[in-house]
Amino acid sequence: MDTIFREYRPSDAERSDRSAGDRLRHRQKVRESIRENIADIIAEESIIGKDRDRVIKVPLRGIKEYRFVFGDNAAGAGQGEGETQEGQVVGKAGQQPGKGDDMAGDRPGVDYYETEVTLEELIEIMFEDLELPNLERRALREVISERSSRRKGYRHVGIRVRLDKRRTAKQRVMRMLASGRGPRQMAEAAALEGNVADERRFPFHKDDLRYKHIEIDTREESNAVVICVMDTSGSMDTMKKYLARSFFFLLYQFVSTRYRNVEIVFIAHHTEAREVTEEEFFHKGESGGTFISSGYQKALEIIAERYHPSLWNVYAFHCSDGDNFESDNPAALKAAEELAKLCNLFGYGEIKPLGSRYYESSMLNVFRRIQSPNFHTVLIERKEDIWPSFKAFLAKERVQE
Amino acid sequence: MPKYEIKDLVEWDKRIREKAKEFGLDCFPQEFEICDHSQMLGYMAYSGMPSHYPHWSYGKSYEKLKTLYDHGVSGLPYEMVINSNPAIAYLMRDNTLLLQVLTIAHVYGHNDFFKNNFTYRTTRAGLTIETFKAHAMRVRRYIEDPSIGLEKIERVLDAAHALEWQCRRNLAIRKIDRKEQIDRAVEAARPPEDPFKKIHARPEYKEPDLHKVPLEPDEDVLLFIRDHNPYLAEWEKDLLTIVDEEAKYFLPMMETKIMNEGWASYWHHRILESLDLDQGLHLEFIVRHNQVVRPIPGQINPYHLGFKLWQDIHRRWTNPTREEIERDGPPNKSGEEKIFEVREVERDASFIRRYLTEELMREMDLFEYEQRGDEYVVSKVSDEDGWRKVKETLIKSVGANSMPIIKVEDADFGQSRTLYLKHQHDGRDLHLEYAEKTMSYLQRLWGREVVLETSLDGKRSLLCSNDRGFSVRTLR
Repeated sequence: MDTIFREYRPSDAERSDRSAGDRLRHRQKVRESIRENIADIIAEESIIGKDRDRVIKVPLRGIKEYRFVFGDNAAGAGQGEGETQEGQVVGKAGQQPGKGDDMAGDRPGVDYYETEVTLEELIEIMFEDLELPNLERRALREVISERSSRRKGYRHVGIRVRLDKRRTAKQRVMRMLASGRGPRQMAEAAALEGNVADERRFPFHKDDLRYKHIEIDTREESNAVVICVMDTSGSMDTMKKYLARSFFFLLYQFVSTRYRNVEIVFIAHHTEAREVTEEEFFHKGESGGTFISSGYQKALEIIAERYHPSLWNVYAFHCSDGDNFESDNPAALKAAEELAKLCNLFGYGEIKPLGSRYYESSMLNVFRRIQSPNFHTVLIERKEDIWPSFKAFLAKERVQE
Repeated sequence: MPKYEIKDLVEWDKRIREKAKEFGLDCFPQEFEICDHSQMLGYMAYSGMPSHYPHWSYGKSYEKLKTLYDHGVSGLPYEMVINSNPAIAYLMRDNTLLLQVLTIAHVYGHNDFFKNNFTYRTTRAGLTIETFKAHAMRVRRYIEDPSIGLEKIERVLDAAHALEWQCRRNLAIRKIDRKEQIDRAVEAARPPEDPFKKIHARPEYKEPDLHKVPLEPDEDVLLFIRDHNPYLAEWEKDLLTIVDEEAKYFLPMMETKIMNEGWASYWHHRILESLDLDQGLHLEFIVRHNQVVRPIPGQINPYHLGFKLWQDIHRRWTNPTREEIERDGPPNKSGEEKIFEVREVERDASFIRRYLTEELMREMDLFEYEQRGDEYVVSKVSDEDGWRKVKETLIKSVGANSMPIIKVEDADFGQSRTLYLKHQHDGRDLHLEYAEKTMSYLQRLWGREVVLETSLDGKRSLLCSNDRGFSVRTLR
């Protein structure tokens, strides 16, 4: 029997995307799996402070295909390049020895367990099922920022400049045919009756006129500002800063999903406060003591100058290790109360890596006296706390009016 | 655009087929389909099958292949061929003429192997396409059935896929049915014939327990569950059957990967060498051939190992060295006869055990590695002391040997319908995290508690999965 050759046909190729359905289902499962593990993913260092378009790798559980496989104590066989000696190291655990593609899916570790999503997508999933109270923005703080117009249908009335000539002419023709006075009908009539129609003229009527209808789209711009205040005194080490950073990151991302125009302000303080760039904010260490009130005063100043609460939704968050000078506490308390009045949400996060909270002073007790319902304190001891405390923090947001 | 026409391929194919016939290859009729890279990726995700039931894991596999391909981590194979009658092979459109010629020759090697190797006898090559299509239709029908739906199907398929390779390894050995097992048990219980029974006390007769299920340990886990879980719906049983059938279709390929790839490489090499290629083509052929059969440091390239072995067998039976004659005696048949015999009666494990010699292992610098800390360290090399151990390890890692053997021992353990399974421990422990998840799948299908006996760090242990979760118990 002869061998059959089937030639390549582009049309077949176009139709042959048969894995589409299975890919979709796989994507869905990936999403589910991300949602289930969101708290762990948030705690991962790699996502903090990245661009929204950035693709990140997310470890996945539940989408691995499990089967019975051998564990670590199973030896393997490989081929050397000659002169291989006993005791020679040929690879790192978790990877196949050597490089290149996998031999078979019979070992754990070679299974593909990471997926790539953009940060945007991740954030969307993250906030998707956060059960938050409906955030109604204050009406006053919505500014009409954009006026765009778009066409929407046709009307019988309108202003002259919007007259649609083509449609109008069409309407006339339709009316002419309907009234039995179209060119062919007239010719037939003329042939029958012999009299030359003097009424060739068929003028436009008011009903023929068609105007383009234009709708004006107004969009309300909603403005928000996230004010990040951080203690950069000597006692804030890298670990504490990292925890603070994660929290600020989440807050910023969250606020960005809710408002169109989001600005972010960084305030670093020790005994005095300065407005700084992001880079300085996270990376520059300072030394010395702490006056928390200085940070709050700076925030109040900036709000007064640039972000008037009637136009802006203000979110402020302060991270510190709580090691404030005793003498500053009353001032800090007062400033905090004031800040709470201006903000939609004002939070204080005390960062105490495990074990340290017993011998260091804490501001949590001091701030307990603040009555404002939109003020919230959280205690962060390790990175796993970030997501739960963030959720708790947001639950406090309320609508002022 | 490709620099060849279909009629060129037809012409070359004719020449190749003539050569193949001359050399004694015995093939199914062959069909070639030219496809582009996205079609190839599609076929790869579904193991080459023109139709296949849907499951998200194939989407995952497609995405993975595509990512690797897009990022240039791995190329695409030049061809893909499936074991069916007629054999269907896909050729990449963008290959050069020489690559197509080489690939066609390679495909005939596979084709001959599919038709003649004993492990493929159970695969019913004539019905391959239809079988897979029927499976796909059945699964789709269940998905569309409003009383079943995708979610339920996935629950069963996910679990079944996790257990699909827990089946019999050598399908050429007939599985004996329950009736024969009963006969065997009765036979075994009978005391041996004693010529002096008149003067000896009558040996105590221990009645065999013929009510035990299974009577003898059963390796076909999915089929066992299908036949012994009374709560499974018909469609669930059908899904288990489908997954089991597909696993058994692919099992021979897994079991003969090295032989099969080696055989195809060996024949494309011999066929192309005999075709009198002009110099340009011949040069490209040498380059391509060496790419395919090159050793990959640190790993085992089945093309390389297989090719080397077939060449070595042919040489040893055609032109043995004096030492080999002294050791093995003079060859009893020609090299040609020998390789055709071997391709019919061996699979990877036996192929390596019988024909991989110490000399060849040393030449190839094969070694054994194990994990120490977080590194892989060479533990044995192919020298006088180590080669047997290296070979043993190699054999353990080929084909189905790379997966643990687990058998159902008792379907009513402790009279509570607990499923009791036993892992045949061969020095390699199970991976616990994977075992835990797989056990939960097993429990899902069985519907009751499942217990697996294995050995961890040298201690007999029981892994249990029940409604309270997963636990590990060490037995004394």
